[in-house]
Amino acid sequence: MMKNFISKLFDQKLRSRTISYLLVIIAFIILQIMSSTGGLSSLLKSLLVPVCCYTVAAIGLNLNVGFSGELNLGQAGFMSVGAFTGICVSGVLASSITNPLLRLIIAIVAGALIAAAMGYIIGIPVLKLQGDYLAIVTLAFGQIIKSLITNMYLGFDENGLHMSFVENKVSLGAGGKMLLQGPMGATGTQRIATFTIGVILILCALTIVYNLIYSKSGRAIMGCRDNRIAAESIGINVANTKMLAFIISASLAGAAGALYGLNYSTLVPNKFDFNTSILILVFVVLGGLGNMTGTIISTTILMLLPELLRSLQDYRMLIYAVVLIVIMLVTNNAFLQTKAAKLRESLIKGKKGAKQS
Amino acid sequence: MVDEKTCMYCVEKVIGSFYNERNFTFCNQKLEMRVEMNYRNLLKGGLAAAMAFTMAACGSNSGSASGSTDSQSSGDAGKTAFKLGGSGPLTGGAAVYGTAVYNALKIAVDEVNAAGDVQFELDFQDDAHDPEKAVTAYGVLKDNGMQMSVLTVTSSPGAAVAPLYDEDNIFAITPSGSSLAVIYADASNKTGSYGNCFQMCFTDPNQGSASAIYLKDHADLGTKIAVIFKSDDNYSSGINDTFQAEAKEIGLDIVYTGSFTEDSSTDFSVQLTQAKDAGADLVFLPIYYDPASLILTQANGMGYAPTFFGCDGLDGLLTLEGFDTALAEGVYMLTPFSADAPDDRTQNFVKKYKDLYGETPNQFAADAYDCVYAIAQALKNGNATPDMSTDELTDILVKQFTSMTYDGVTGESMTWAETGEVTKAPMAVVIKDGVYVGAE
Repeated sequence: MMKNFISKLFDQKLRSRTISYLLVIIAFIILQIMSSTGGLSSLLKSLLVPVCCYTVAAIGLNLNVGFSGELNLGQAGFMSVGAFTGICVSGVLASSITNPLLRLIIAIVAGALIAAAMGYIIGIPVLKLQGDYLAIVTLAFGQIIKSLITNMYLGFDENGLHMSFVENKVSLGAGGKMLLQGPMGATGTQRIATFTIGVILILCALTIVYNLIYSKSGRAIMGCRDNRIAAESIGINVANTKMLAFIISASLAGAAGALYGLNYSTLVPNKFDFNTSILILVFVVLGGLGNMTGTIISTTILMLLPELLRSLQDYRMLIYAVVLIVIMLVTNNAFLQTKAAKLRESLIKGKKGAKQS
Repeated sequence: MVDEKTCMYCVEKVIGSFYNERNFTFCNQKLEMRVEMNYRNLLKGGLAAAMAFTMAACGSNSGSASGSTDSQSSGDAGKTAFKLGGSGPLTGGAAVYGTAVYNALKIAVDEVNAAGDVQFELDFQDDAHDPEKAVTAYGVLKDNGMQMSVLTVTSSPGAAVAPLYDEDNIFAITPSGSSLAVIYADASNKTGSYGNCFQMCFTDPNQGSASAIYLKDHADLGTKIAVIFKSDDNYSSGINDTFQAEAKEIGLDIVYTGSFTEDSSTDFSVQLTQAKDAGADLVFLPIYYDPASLILTQANGMGYAPTFFGCDGLDGLLTLEGFDTALAEGVYMLTPFSADAPDDRTQNFVKKYKDLYGETPNQFAADAYDCVYAIAQALKNGNATPDMSTDELTDILVKQFTSMTYDGVTGESMTWAETGEVTKAPMAVVIKDGVYVGAE
């Protein structure tokens, strides 16, 4: 019974899913043990939550780029929306909900919802079109969000929220608090994000994405990607199907952003610029389009690499770039890919052979 | 030692040899990248690159090991020297500021170590002016056993790491992080100061009120004042707010206030014409030197010659490429540091900086130089020893900083409030014959 269950977990259909979950859970357990025994350096500790955030955003982007086949160049914009929503929600609720865990979860959900709503709004016109229009529009979206938040002043006191644009005209009552201060962004945020919630968020993201792509809607999404005309001919609504993937991608970025925003006491709107969007896209492309395990691994490695190379001083960004190129070449090498495939096959065969005997 | 140029050459060669054929297709909405590689070339190029890097790495190690300030040369020195940490932008857009601070820190630490009373070991990390990177840089510093710190060079990274310094109770003084958020947990209400985070520079609001008071005291510069500020920049609008408030209080005559944003920072003819029509004979520019250079050029073009007065953001006007420095003649600047001050300390610092790095130190460098000396003075007066715990050291340093007076290159008899704000006399400099000269 148990054996059956385990072998089912590792069969063709569920293998990738199981490996992803196991990878995250094992990494979490190891890091928890290291942190409780004091074996974890401050450097690694400070990287735990950001790695979780970027991983969730990258998983979302991979759903959009890898499975839906639509290029999104504004994932950082959605993260930004989620981050500042999360910070504002957490700041407003600070006095009424004292439990930080509950507040964090509410902030993450709020961030995800607002980002999803934004995704829906820009998805309506764009996803009806054929071609790479989504890339252009999301690129613009990221810029618009950045300059909107750069000019937004938002304060909170006992009379409620006060907002002004471009110039700071917000005057607050006693005990009031500025949530957003234009180009300064959010300062004095309570840092309530935890690594455990980050890992749970990754597992949630994986569950959502895997359940989606192995469902009927998921097959429709891939059908639209591979042949739009064929998909339309069998009655699939292409725009709606792509919208589903896009909204889920945006909401995952929003949730990741909320967690990210609540991990730092200060956050400037300029953090989520075009470069951050590209960074997330690099994680996805290096991890492999449609490969969630790869995305998790590549995000972790590429986040850790520049920090671990600090001892090389001036040369560290140079070497980072070279490593990036080398990984690109190696992972896309046909020769190595066939070797790896053969190795995998022989491993599976060996297992089956052992079982039969 | 192999320089970066050689390295870049090797990298180019490697990459060039990889690509015999490169397809980057974007058809059928799938991102595909096919690369055909020539293995012999790959091996050759790879070896060359590997060799270059090994040599470069060795070179950089041996090159910097001669200086006592290298972050790598830790070892057994931990018992005899204080570990002084800090981070700043050594790469990226704000690298000018980070490099200036790092250079000045190296000079100051070498001097203090040579004097013998207090020994420092400097560990300065790159944060690329990014709060996220600053937090990881803080992790690195902590792992390396930092005992006290010069916090960060720029404001928003400083605001991100200040709560961490507070949590771990490590003393920190920033040379140039001028935002209130660096020393207050709740900057908008000016409450909840960290207590262990100090500033060597003026806060942004202080510059505004100090400018207003200076202009009141020096009515000969001009009495009808126009202000042109950048509304979407925190530094500029922060100074403008307090300048206006202070001006109202002490009765300065502000005849015109104009603003611009990042997108409209190329044409100032409207603001200048309005200022001229309002009869302003002094224009206050609480902005950075880039737009200021354009304002000076355009005012000159339309024959408008009021006195221009700015804050420390104008520092850098003279080194701007493609700017006719003759236009900057007679520009006043409120800054705590002037490189031509006649006292020995300033002259010694400026000379050393020029000899080592080939340029005149700016205000950021001077503030950083003072940070090291102020910490050294506090440690010496408090009889601190490097084997003390960080808690003990922080206690001593906070007690010393809030009670001592310090004379440095950026001002005489500075004192610090318990909130971490510095009190020092603002100094005005004026540009004469292409150099800064102390006004007064």
